[in-house]
Amino acid sequence: MTSLDFDISHLLAGSLVLVSFMLLYQDRLYALLNLYALHALTLALAVAWQARIQHAPHLYVTAAIALGFKAIVIPGALRRIVARLGIHREIETAVGIGLTMLAGMALVALSMVVMLRVTSGAAGAVAREDLALALAVVLLGLLMMVTRRNAVSQVVGFMSLENGLVLAATGAKGMPLVVEISVAFSVLIALIVVGIFLFRIRERFDTVDIAALDQFRGERR
Amino acid sequence: MTLATPALVLLIPLSAAVLLAFLSNHRVGALVNAVASFLTLLAAVSLLIAPHPAADHYLMIDDLNVVFIALNCLVGFTSSVFSASYIAHELETGRLTPAYLRFYHAMYQILMFAMILALSANNIGLMWVAIEVATLTTVMMVGLYRTHEALEAAWKYFILGSVGIGLALFGTILVYVAAEPVIGEGIDAMDWTVLIGRAAAFDPALLNVAFVFLLLGYGTKVGLAPLHAWLPDAHAEGPTPISAVLSGLLLNVALYAVLRFKMLMAANAGTVAPGPLMVTLGLVSLVFAAVMLYRRRDIKRMFAYSSIEHMGIITFAFGMGSPLANFAGLLHMTMHSLTKSGIFFAVGHIAQVKGTQRMSEIGGLTETHPWLGWSLVLGVVAIAGLPPLGIFMSEFLVVSSTFARAPLLAVILVAGLLLALGALLLRLNGLAFGEPRGGMAPVKASHVPMLAHLALVFAAGLYLPPPLVAWFQHVASLLG
Repeated sequence: MTSLDFDISHLLAGSLVLVSFMLLYQDRLYALLNLYALHALTLALAVAWQARIQHAPHLYVTAAIALGFKAIVIPGALRRIVARLGIHREIETAVGIGLTMLAGMALVALSMVVMLRVTSGAAGAVAREDLALALAVVLLGLLMMVTRRNAVSQVVGFMSLENGLVLAATGAKGMPLVVEISVAFSVLIALIVVGIFLFRIRERFDTVDIAALDQFRGERR
Repeated sequence: MTLATPALVLLIPLSAAVLLAFLSNHRVGALVNAVASFLTLLAAVSLLIAPHPAADHYLMIDDLNVVFIALNCLVGFTSSVFSASYIAHELETGRLTPAYLRFYHAMYQILMFAMILALSANNIGLMWVAIEVATLTTVMMVGLYRTHEALEAAWKYFILGSVGIGLALFGTILVYVAAEPVIGEGIDAMDWTVLIGRAAAFDPALLNVAFVFLLLGYGTKVGLAPLHAWLPDAHAEGPTPISAVLSGLLLNVALYAVLRFKMLMAANAGTVAPGPLMVTLGLVSLVFAAVMLYRRRDIKRMFAYSSIEHMGIITFAFGMGSPLANFAGLLHMTMHSLTKSGIFFAVGHIAQVKGTQRMSEIGGLTETHPWLGWSLVLGVVAIAGLPPLGIFMSEFLVVSSTFARAPLLAVILVAGLLLALGALLLRLNGLAFGEPRGGMAPVKASHVPMLAHLALVFAAGLYLPPPLVAWFQHVASLLG
C-alpha cells in the first residue's frame, strides 16, 4: 500500500467525522437531511476507496447501497414526509449547541485515545485509523440522538451512527458479511422511516386505521 | 439421525411463516401456528437426544445452545397454544381484525425462526443479523394494536433496540479485528468454533473493548438497568402472547449472546475478568427493578419489571462464574422462562375478562375466576421465590454460592430479593383476594399451557431428575 492510498482513506474517513459534527449544529430539518445525504455520499466514497485498496470487489456493492439508498432514496423519502406533515420548523434541542459541540469534541478525543491505544499491536494502519474514526462517528451519532427531541432528527442521528458502523466493518480487512450487514441495516432504516410516517400520521390525524380505532377506544380506557 | 440437524429446526418455522402469510382464515392460521410450533419442538427434542452434528461455517449445535433451543421451542409451542385462545377473544371484542392476524401469525413464526437461528449460529455476524431480525419482528408485533401507546412503545423499543444492536455490531467487528491477525482473513475469523479454539492468541486489549460494546449492546436487549427503558412499555402494550415470548425467550437469546462472548474472554488469559461487569449490571438491575415494583399500576408492566429483576439475578449468577453459580444461573433462567410465560398466560386472560390492565380495577380473582386466580397466586408465589417451587431452589443456590465467595454482595442480593418479594405479595393480595372488582363474565380460556408451565415449575422445585442435573452441571462447567 502506498502512502497516497493511506492518505486518501484517512481523508475520507476524517471527512465523515467532520460531516457528523456539521449534523450536530443544524437547526433546520431540510438542511439536516441534505447534510445526511452528504454524510452517506462521503461514506460511499470511503467504502469504494477501501474496495479499491483492499481489492475486495464485494465492497463496491456496499458502496453502491450507501450511495443509492442512503444518499438518495432515504433523504428523499424523509423530505417528503417532512413536507407532507409540515414539520420543517426549527429543531428543538435538549442541550445547547455550544455544549453539544464541546461534548462532541470530547467524544472524538475519547475514541482516538481508546482505539489507537488498544489497536496498537493488533491491526494494520488503515484499520486502526478507520476504527478510531468510525467509533467517533458512532459516538457523535449517539450524542445527536440524545440531544434532539424531534423524531426525524433522532432518526438522522441513528442513521449517521449506522454509517460509522459500516465504515468500521469495511475497514476491518477481509471481513465477511459486510454486504449482508449493510443490507440488514438498510431494511432497518427503511422500516424506521415507515415507522415515523405511521407514528407521525397517527399523531396528526389521530389514527392510522380510523374504522378500527374509533370503535374500541371507549372500551380500552 | 439425518433428522437431527439444526436445519430442520429452522426450516419448519420458516416454511410455516410463508404458509401463514397466505392463510386468510384465522382459525386455520392459529391451528397451523400451533402445529408448526409443535413440530419445531419435536425437531428440537431430536437435537437434544441425538449426537451433535458437525458444525459448519454457519450453524452449530453444542451442549450449551441445545438447552436454550429446547427451552425456546417448548415455550414457543405453549405460547402458540395460548395465543390461539387469546386472539379468538381479541377478535370477538374487535381489538384485532383478521387481516392483522395473518400478519401476526406469520410474524410469530419468523420470530421463532430468528431466535433459533441466533441460538444455533456458529458465526458471530450471522448471530447478530438473527438478533436484529428478532428485534424487528417483535417491534412490529408490539405495535400491533395501533393505539397511541402501542405505537409509542414500539417506537421506543425500535430506537433503543437499534442503538443496542448497533453497539453490539461494533463489538462484533472488533472481535473480528482481534481474530484476523491470528486466524487470517475471511469467514473463519468469524466462526465461533474457530474463535474459541484460538482465542488465547488474540490481542487482549482489543477483546476487552469489544466485550464492553457487546455487553452494553446485547445487554440492552437483555433489559439490564440502566438500559432497560424499552422493556416495560414493550411488554405492556403488545399482545400478551408476545409479552410471554419476549420475557420468556428473547431476553434469554440476548443473554446467550453475552455468555458466548464471555466464554471467549475467559479463553484468553490476558483480558480483564468480565465477571465484575456482569455482577454490577446484574445487581443494579435487581435492586432497581425491586424498588420500581412498588410503584406499578399496570399488571403487565409489573411483571415486566419482575423480568428485569430476574434477568439481573441471572446475569449476576453468570457473572460470579463459579460452577455452582453457573448451574444456578442456568436453572434460574429455565425456571424464570417457564414461570414468567405461565404468568403472562394467566394475566392475558385476566386482562381480557376484566377489560383492563389497571391493577386497581382488578380484585378478588380467586372468587370470580378460581382457575385463573389460583394460577396467578401459584405463579406469583413461584416468581417471588417462595419454597417449594423451582425458583426458590435456583435463588437459594445463587445466594448460597455468593455467600461462600463474596458475602457483601450476597447481602445486597438478598435485600433485593426480599424487596421484590414484598412488592409482589402486596400486589397479589389486592389482585387475587378481597372484594371482587372488574368484569365477572365467565372466561373462555385454555388453562392447559398455563397449568403445564406451573406444574413443571412445581415439580422442579420438589425433584430435579438426576440426568437433568448432570446435564446442567456439565454445561455450567463449559461456561467457565
